[in-house]
This record gives sequence, structure tokens and C-alpha cells, in this order.
Amino acid sequence: MSLKIVVLAKQVPDTRNVGPDAMTPEGTVNRAALPAIFNPEDMNALEQALRLKEQHPGSTVGVLTMGPPRAGEIIRQGLYRGADTGWLLTDRLFAGADTLATSYALATAIQKIGNVDIVIGGRQAIDGDTAQVGPQVAQKLGLNQVTYAEEILKVENGKALIRRVIDGGVETVEAPLPVVVTVNGSAAPCRPQDARRVMKYKYATCPMERPAEQDERMEKLYAERPYLTLNQWSVADVDGDPQQCGLAGSPTKVKAVKNIAFQAKESQTLTSSDEDINGLIKELLEEKIIG
Amino acid sequence: MNTGNLQTSSQTTPLSAGRGAGGEAVFVYVEIEATTVAEVSQELLTKGRKLANELGVELHAVVAGTGIKSQVEDQILPYGVDKLFVFDGEGLFPYTSAPHTDILVNLFKEEKPQICLMGATVIGRDLGPRVSSSLTSGLTADCTELEIGEYEDKKAGKVYKNLLYQIRPAFGGNIVATIVNPDHRPQMATVRSGVMQKALYEGSAKGEVVYPEVSKYVSPEAYVVKVLDHHVEAAKHNLKGAPIVVAGGYGVGSKEGFEQLFQLAKVLHGEVGGSRAAVDAGWIDHDRQIGQTGVTVHPKVYIACGISGQIQHIAGMQDSNIIISVNSDPDAPINKIADYVITGTVEEVVPKLIKYYKQNSK
Repeated sequence: MSLKIVVLAKQVPDTRNVGPDAMTPEGTVNRAALPAIFNPEDMNALEQALRLKEQHPGSTVGVLTMGPPRAGEIIRQGLYRGADTGWLLTDRLFAGADTLATSYALATAIQKIGNVDIVIGGRQAIDGDTAQVGPQVAQKLGLNQVTYAEEILKVENGKALIRRVIDGGVETVEAPLPVVVTVNGSAAPCRPQDARRVMKYKYATCPMERPAEQDERMEKLYAERPYLTLNQWSVADVDGDPQQCGLAGSPTKVKAVKNIAFQAKESQTLTSSDEDINGLIKELLEEKIIG
Repeated sequence: MNTGNLQTSSQTTPLSAGRGAGGEAVFVYVEIEATTVAEVSQELLTKGRKLANELGVELHAVVAGTGIKSQVEDQILPYGVDKLFVFDGEGLFPYTSAPHTDILVNLFKEEKPQICLMGATVIGRDLGPRVSSSLTSGLTADCTELEIGEYEDKKAGKVYKNLLYQIRPAFGGNIVATIVNPDHRPQMATVRSGVMQKALYEGSAKGEVVYPEVSKYVSPEAYVVKVLDHHVEAAKHNLKGAPIVVAGGYGVGSKEGFEQLFQLAKVLHGEVGGSRAAVDAGWIDHDRQIGQTGVTVHPKVYIACGISGQIQHIAGMQDSNIIISVNSDPDAPINKIADYVITGTVEEVVPKLIKYYKQNSK
């Protein structure tokens, strides 16, 4: 049975490598100072999708992402590794979305894509760590969900057999298709880029990524090779309700954001000398802080 | 294709009646493993009771499982629950998303709680978003603090009283955000295990228990996902409850370096934890990660070895009584919250701590 698989992927600032200029003096996040990357767990999800494609000839894998035009890079990263196609949801009306408005937008796009068997994404994105979008997309589409998946063991007779991690253990579940799966970071890492695919797709772009003044050579290239023009969808393209998108569709509001400042304690500073450490241990023992 | 058949539940209108004092209850979703109530749920009941008292409303709890009647009530009521809803039926344990979602969604439509808390566990983080999407109510994941307060929507010129402040680190722990859900109910939040502290309630609560008929809440189609194998092991360590925690970060340098931390923890009768950087480097097991996305600890003594002190780590240990930082960098951020700062390498200092402890404790 061939499968139509949609991978949900997000371009995120690399919050794991935060430099000193990551925060502005006003205490807001300086997104420009953080490199934008393919959300790590979405990469694990892509690998699961590509494995299914190999096991089920005739299957297709498409990468669905939402973000500014530069998030087209996420689709290219998917194409380089073996995805067949991709869609970029980009529109100012999507901006300021919380997880609910995000999942609404993704759900409308998945509906437009149509007849999807498996929607698969990372468990959570490293910029928010909420893990909410997967289950919310599932709810909006009325589909089953399996979160924290580590491996899709097989898909057979319209059912997916999935191993997932749970608190303190593991579980094997069987879920009928269509299903939304979120993949844990402990799953297999994604395969590297394929050099031939990089050659093929390196000029693949969404229209909004292209400079206003296109040079002639590129224009000719895009005309000759339609696969180099990636799908780019607005709210209207997915028949979305603007009231449910972006800031307007977000029930949660950010009341305040503050840069973290700790109340400094009065601390005793010691060296690593035997004397200092012996003294510290004696003090802790005398005050019965340690037994 | 139109979006008319998306399950966006326009039928749930904002519940203005749920706003303000005297409104509806604070609810806690109680998680179980077989017939044992999760500690995180008891921690949330304790917090929920305080919030309910502040708001002048009742604390309600809901639990769902198989064969739990007369097994779980005593683990829940002593935390100050006014009303407990026990859903006992086949197929409710092990947990799957749809039946538990149906229970909460339909119960909440009847009960109209103003707040719903659940653990930021695998279950809570699977269930919470699905319920919030069904009810179009906002949800904030992994809160580290919950408070009641006011919110002014300047654009709309409206002031909301008695909202739940859902406070959480965001952006990899570099900022702390206070989130509110002004117009939608319930205001939903998940909280990790160990972040709140559990305590039996000393006041008096009604302690009413009801056993609703499951089939009135859960549709038969909800049971389509089958759990074929469910395997849970008891925790291998007691990091969360350890009085002394020795934690290592990237500065420990290697897996071998962690051996020394285990030795120190052994002589001090403590447990070993690690920062996200150390876990990512593969030097220590994932289940020993301390921080916002790991375990939260409140030990008597916290010995941070080679930990720089990223905010997401500090969120998981800042309530330790005494903090000792061992770091070769005298300006490591963690030193700011440390009681004792030892400037030196982990390699050099940890063996000395072991040596002088053995010498002096005899």
C-alpha cells in the first residue's frame, strides 16, 4: 500500500547555542543573532517518513512548514534528504500565532493537500518546547494521534504499529490510518543530504524568496524546470478563516516577558587548594548541612 | 476543498460566566499508573487547592482508569478536593488520547471549570493540547509558576481580574514569559513533576465522590487506538527526592569524569544529575537531566560541577537550600546563585571533596 505522508517541520532559532548577543539590551530576543535551523525532532520525523517511503513503493513524502519566506530552506532541506515535495505557508495573517492558531493553519493546509495517510512531525520545537501542535492538528482534523513515537515499526492493513516512549517505560500501540504521529528525539537520526539531490534542488525556491529583479538565466531555469518552484500558500490559498489565524486566532496572550536576572546571593569564594576544601567540608559538617 | 468540516468547535463560545470570583471550579486531571496516582497530580492538587482558595471556588479532580473505584480515592481526596469525578471503565487504562479527551471535553462542557491543571508528563502533554483544541481554550505547557492576577488589554480597553498567570521559561530558557488566557475557559496549564510541592490539606474540603457513566462521555469510536504492550519500570534513582545532588555539566569533560561525581554522591549519600549539555554529550542518562525540560530538584545541598548555569538548568534547581558551584570559570552565571563558589576544575576539586569528607566525617 502506498502512503501519502506529510512531514510537519519548523524553522527555529538555534536556542541551544545562545551567544551573548542573543538578547537585546531591552530584554527581547534578538532573532537575527541566532542561526535558523531545521527543528531537530522534525528531522527525526523526516527520517521515519523516508523509511516508510522506502518500505512502501509509490509513497510520497511532502514537507509542510509555516514561516517567513526564508523558511523555504526547510523544504529544500527535506528535498535534499529524499522528500518529493513541500509547501510553505506564508502570510502576514499567520504571524503571532500561538499553538492553537498554528495548528489551525497547518490543519487547513493538510486538508487542502488532501487524502493524507500519515502526518508526522517532531514532538516539539526547541524555541517553544510546548509539544502542542501535533495533538492540536490531530484534533482539528479529527484524526488519531500517537505522540512521543520512537519508531514506526510497520504500516499494514491500514494500521500503523508504533513504539513510543512513556514516562519510565515504553509502549507499543496500533493506530488506524490516517494518523498524526509526533516523534521523540530518541528516534533514529535523519540521513544526511544526498549530493545528487542537492544539485537538483539547490535552486528550488518559493516565489517570495526570489529577488524582485530576477536575472534572465534564472528565469529561464525556473521556466524549464517547474519542480524548482516550491508551493507557497497564503491564508486564502488554504481557504483559511483569518479570524482563526495568527494573533487573532490565539487564545493565549503574552502578558509579560522578562529577561532572566537572578538575585545574586552573597557567596563565599574558595580556591581549589586543599586548605580551602578541607575548610569547606568541615564547615558543612559542623553546621550539619551534610551528614 | 473548504474548511467547513475542520473540527474547530465554534460551538464553544467564550465563557464569560467563568470569569471572576465565585465562578467555576479549579480542576485537576489526575494521572494514574494502574491504580497508583502520580505524584505530579498530588503536587497539582496541592497547588490547585491554593488557587481555589484564593479565588473562593471549589477544587475538583477527575481521574479515569480501569478498576480504579475504591482504589484511588484515598490518594486524591486528602489534598483538599471538594468533588472527585471517577471514570472507571474498560479501555481507559493504559491511557490513550481519544477516550480521555472525550471525558474531559464533555465533563468540562457541563462543569465549565475556570482552570484546568495537568502534569507536563507524556500523558498530560498528549491530552492537554487535544482538549484545549477541542474547547478552543488556550494551554500553556511546562509552567514553573502559577499565580492569580490582573490583566489589562489596552487595545480593547478591558481589565480582567482573577486570571491565571501561567509563567514559564521560553526560548530555550532565555526568557520567562507570563501567559494569560483572557477570554477562553478553562485556562489550561501543564506543570512538570517536582515543580510544585505536595502537601496534605489541613483545611476542610467537601470530599464528594461521583462515578459518572463512562459511555455517556466517551463515544465507542474513541477506543480505536490499541495499546498492545505497556511496560513501565520503577525509577532507577531518586533524584527528585535526594537530599544531596551532585550535578555535572559540560565542564565535567567526559563520561569518565562523571564516574567521579558518582563516587562523590555515593559517599555523601546523594544522587547524580546532569545538565542538558552533559546529557546531549551522552555522559549521563537522559532521565537524570535537571532543568526545565528534565527533573526539578529541591535538595538540601546542590553541588554543581562544571555547570555554567543556563537558565533552563537553573529553573530546575534554584530552590536548593545550599548551592556549591565548582567551576574553572569564576564568572560562570551559576556562581551568582551559589552559596559557595570553588574556582577550579572538576577533575581537581571533586577528588578533594571526597578525600576531605572521608577524613572529617569519621
